[in-house]
Amino acid sequence: MTETVLNKTQTAASKAGHTGPLLQVEDLRTHFRTIDGTVRAVDGVSFHIAGGETLAVVGESGCGKSVTSMSILRLIQEPPGKITGRILFQGTNLLDLSEKEMRAIRGNAISMIFQEPMTSLNPVLTVGRQIGETLRLHQGMDEKQAEARAVEMLDLVHIPEAKRRVREYPHQLSGGMRQRVMIAMALACNPQLLIADEPTTALDVTIQAQILDLMRELKSRLGSAILLVTHDLGVVAEMAERIVVMYAGRKVEEATARDLFARPRHPYTQGLLGAVPRLGSSLEAKGRSRLSEIPGIVPNLKKPIIGCAFAGRCPAVTDICRSVAPAVETKAPGHFAACHHAPREAVAA
Amino acid sequence: MSTAPMQTQAPPSGAARRPLLEVNDLKKHFPIRSGFLSGVTGYVYAVDGVSFSIDKGETLSLVGESGCGKSTVGRTVLRLIEPTSGQVLLDGKRIDDLPASELRPLRRRMQVVFQDPFSSLNPRLKVKDILAEPITNFGLASSARDVEERVAELLDKVRLPRDAMKRFPHEFSGGQRQRIGIARALAPGADLIICDEAVSALDVSVKAQIVNLLSDLQDELGLSLLFISHDLAIVEHITHRVAVMYLGKIVEVAEKSALFAAPKHPYTEALLSAVPLPDPTAKRDRIILTGDVPSPIKPPPGCRFHTRCPHAFDRCRQEEPALKAIGPGHLSACHLHDAGVMRPTPVTQAA
Repeated sequence: MTETVLNKTQTAASKAGHTGPLLQVEDLRTHFRTIDGTVRAVDGVSFHIAGGETLAVVGESGCGKSVTSMSILRLIQEPPGKITGRILFQGTNLLDLSEKEMRAIRGNAISMIFQEPMTSLNPVLTVGRQIGETLRLHQGMDEKQAEARAVEMLDLVHIPEAKRRVREYPHQLSGGMRQRVMIAMALACNPQLLIADEPTTALDVTIQAQILDLMRELKSRLGSAILLVTHDLGVVAEMAERIVVMYAGRKVEEATARDLFARPRHPYTQGLLGAVPRLGSSLEAKGRSRLSEIPGIVPNLKKPIIGCAFAGRCPAVTDICRSVAPAVETKAPGHFAACHHAPREAVAA
Repeated sequence: MSTAPMQTQAPPSGAARRPLLEVNDLKKHFPIRSGFLSGVTGYVYAVDGVSFSIDKGETLSLVGESGCGKSTVGRTVLRLIEPTSGQVLLDGKRIDDLPASELRPLRRRMQVVFQDPFSSLNPRLKVKDILAEPITNFGLASSARDVEERVAELLDKVRLPRDAMKRFPHEFSGGQRQRIGIARALAPGADLIICDEAVSALDVSVKAQIVNLLSDLQDELGLSLLFISHDLAIVEHITHRVAVMYLGKIVEVAEKSALFAAPKHPYTEALLSAVPLPDPTAKRDRIILTGDVPSPIKPPPGCRFHTRCPHAFDRCRQEEPALKAIGPGHLSACHLHDAGVMRPTPVTQAA
């Protein structure tokens, strides 16, 4: 049964008829019903990822970036969660699939790397077994083939002595190695889309540099698209081609990485970029420099937000912001922002 | 006041500019016990001979990766854990060997702000009681009204509304809780505050608020800060001087401008080059270190960094380099400084 589903997804992958983006998310809303109200964790977010592209979703804690990525793989428990909208993966709406069909996609066509390499690996199974599990399940390999392939995967992620390491348990590996194992596991079935949720947040900078380097190398070798979810604008600048900025469950801006860092249009993005400490700041200004702050805190997602979600903290706020939610509109070619006041570039005909 | 022998090796700088905090060859080795009788079978060399000083009104940052011993230094200085050996001098007075009763009044002067604002505040106490505790503890207020007055002033200092007094920690966001943590550190009138990853758990926009607050408070009150952090970009904003730690040792100390413009130790260089820059157009040569930090239970012989150092040569594997001056106020522990080996070009900064 699983195999027929697998075949279905594989034919979908090679289906010549599908010409749109690899993943198209339309008006995604993920709400959670709680005792004291509905939390609108994700509230009408749309974006797409083309094959082989790296898209970053950035924002601060509670902006809905992780819930967005988990919604795509339907890892949200329903209830209390409720996902609405459309998530088109190669033209198929993932929200219409049965749990069984979904399971054939997870770890296969779409896989995921989580932040905590310690808690997301099974402590009582060898890493080889864990990598092999996806291969046995999705590619029908036997024990032996799976282990041989697991060794290859560990080699691919540059774990020294892969043959020995494949029989080790997660606690025998360092944090950086565990994250490499996670990556090996995620890439074992050659996914078309890799979702990386804060893949380097728990790591030290020198190890982070190794892992980012590895992800870039593997991406150019394997050609998977990456959905990178992170709060770290430095990591984003290094990895992403396009960026979606989220705030309070909504998309506030989207642009190419270059454009977003050079000309942020939404006041929140501008504030965020101003607040990021930059290495080299002391070389420009003598003495201590001040970071720009965004005053206030994020709004409570349990109450419906009327108007712009950022209105309470925005330096450019006017009456319209407090009553009418701004739509995401084109401000320049390929550059979208949800702000009543962000300047719109005159598009030459 | 104390009878402790004042056998301080008088700092060469003399009494003219006595640092507020001075740490000499501090060591903390944690015993590893195992087996039937829980005998000591080894040690974790968490801090292994660290010396530095902090002037009044100065910020020194202690940076390094997980497990380098930076937090242990902070805790040992505060004597939250007892040092194995070495000296800690507060205002020229040795505090590492004081008995608890004599140390107690000095604790008023050294306070700490912890990383996690969720677990470092007692959830059952109202903010007023959290802040009143150090004040009454050290007998700094004469009446209940006086206490309340002081608590109100503390809330003003950390820019929280006065009505925050009547609320519990869970009613505040992470940034606001960290403000409460800072207010608590200020409550007994501390002149040295040790910030142990105090802004690491906060979101970017809130982090900026707290970093700016700390800088303002330092200017206002003349505080000395020991800022322990792994985040080099934040450190560059807040600090005056930086000490870089690796596996229990300081490998480089310098003024901020010198360290960030031209790091001298290969580890500092690699550390700086590993920090991702928030600029997609930045071009630079990244030094990617291979492997992981070795275990502090069995630190490598010679230079502790030689197992990952791109420039290591034979001498590094045998002889430990001393931390010595290589420029005004700039110390570094690396054999390359003697050998006159050509240095690789420093990290190119964002255009």
